[in-house]
Amino acid sequence: MDMRTTFLSTMEEALAVDPRLVLVLADISAGTGPVLAAQRRHPDRVLNVGIREQALIGVTGGLALTGMRPVAHTFPPFLVERPYEQIKLDLCHQGVGAVLVSSGASYDMAAAGRTHHSAADVALLDTVPGWTVHVPGHPEEARRLLLESLPGDGRVYLRLSSQANARAHLGAGFLTLRQGTRGVVLAVGPMLDRVLAATEGLDVTVLYAATIRPFDAAGLRAALGEVADVMLVEPYQAGTSAHHVGEALADVPHRLRSLGTQRDVEVRQYGEVTDHDFVHGLDVAGITAAARAFFR
Amino acid sequence: MMTSTDAGLPALIARMTGDEKHAAASESTLDVLWVLYDRVLDVTPDTVHDPRRDRFLLSKGHGPMAYYAVLAAKGFIAPEELDDWASVRSRLGQHPDRNRVPGVEISSGSLGHGLPLAVGTVYGLRAQGIGSKVFVLVGDAELDEGSNHEAIVLAARESMGQLTAVVIDNRSATRGWPGGIAQRFAIEGWATATVDGRDHEALYEAFTTPHPRRPLCVVAVVEPKSGQR
Repeated sequence: MDMRTTFLSTMEEALAVDPRLVLVLADISAGTGPVLAAQRRHPDRVLNVGIREQALIGVTGGLALTGMRPVAHTFPPFLVERPYEQIKLDLCHQGVGAVLVSSGASYDMAAAGRTHHSAADVALLDTVPGWTVHVPGHPEEARRLLLESLPGDGRVYLRLSSQANARAHLGAGFLTLRQGTRGVVLAVGPMLDRVLAATEGLDVTVLYAATIRPFDAAGLRAALGEVADVMLVEPYQAGTSAHHVGEALADVPHRLRSLGTQRDVEVRQYGEVTDHDFVHGLDVAGITAAARAFFR
Repeated sequence: MMTSTDAGLPALIARMTGDEKHAAASESTLDVLWVLYDRVLDVTPDTVHDPRRDRFLLSKGHGPMAYYAVLAAKGFIAPEELDDWASVRSRLGQHPDRNRVPGVEISSGSLGHGLPLAVGTVYGLRAQGIGSKVFVLVGDAELDEGSNHEAIVLAARESMGQLTAVVIDNRSATRGWPGGIAQRFAIEGWATATVDGRDHEALYEAFTTPHPRRPLCVVAVVEPKSGQR
């Protein structure tokens, strides 16, 4: 099962046991088996507002105002970018929480083109306060992070992708998957396996983050070896977490290299996910070249 | 029946405006707000956290002086608070903040947010089996915002009989509404009433006429907005 299917079937289970939960959809995923089954059992708690993404978030805010725990889901351009002001005002400014679950990541729907790509979602959520951001790298991580997000009242963004690592890495904070002395590479979510391949033979520590907000500054500092050289590898806009690295290492002379999707190019190509990985330098060859140039 | 004048609302508003003539946007909502809080809504300062309270959502957050005056008259806030409103010392801003003012259900100011929030509120109450009334006040110009239309359609399709949208019509929309505002709601399946927004009895009757399984739109017509924008 991929992350999206895992999310939907986990929601079906969770809706059955937690009467506060409401799943809010805007047509996307509404016709899937787990959603239809849950809707039959809980017609007041599985809502499809149609292709109305401003209402998707506005309704989510209203539900939270009544004490419910809403989970809103669609593709990331329509969940975060289009209703950005609703996120800012109907959730943050009202002082209420919700779980937003996107599926599609930066360019999972590679051939769909720019309209269905969203590399700015995490950066946008960085402009409003209080968001926990999960970027799972495996369906089992997605399930665990979802289940941890459903209780409580916080604001949580769960960014699902069709790209995944070979196995799940469960745990809190940044996990140390390889130890070295010449610097740290922080791999976020689905970037991990390719980072491990690209840094094979380099004397560097590889940290893994399935949760990137809050940013585990203590974990990053603890991982530093002889030199404070840090490479970020994020599956969304390059440098999205750079300001957090800067803050974490404010009193330490350091170097930073940020890999991610390009900010300064309007990528108009279609093709496969791997074609976009290549364009953004996020395939093994691209990360290898960047790492070898940086960790000298 | 007590009138808004009897309740001292003009004097309360004057605490915010000084001796100057207060803004038309604020005046336009005064009678609607008074009838709602005095005779329609089941909410008091003691029940602002009661899940079963009626909700009033001020979507049109501009010109909140009438709103603050009514909240003061009904004991949600102290009248003394009105004197330095919008100052750094005050929790009463030019747009209300629900996290700072008791009884304020939503923080508003940017237009087009109240109706979708109200629809979500009805969904949430419905899921909890709570039949409380939800009122949302919008301005006629505010209806230019497309987000309202997502909510207008949704509320009708979902048979939200708990919901009433009050549209203050002071003809301030730049492009206007062919056939009138009520027709736009009616075509989606809302019950509608168009009344004199200064006539307390007409407002009360419109607000309390049953509209089972249909949301209600009350267009409260007031004098056209004056002055330049």
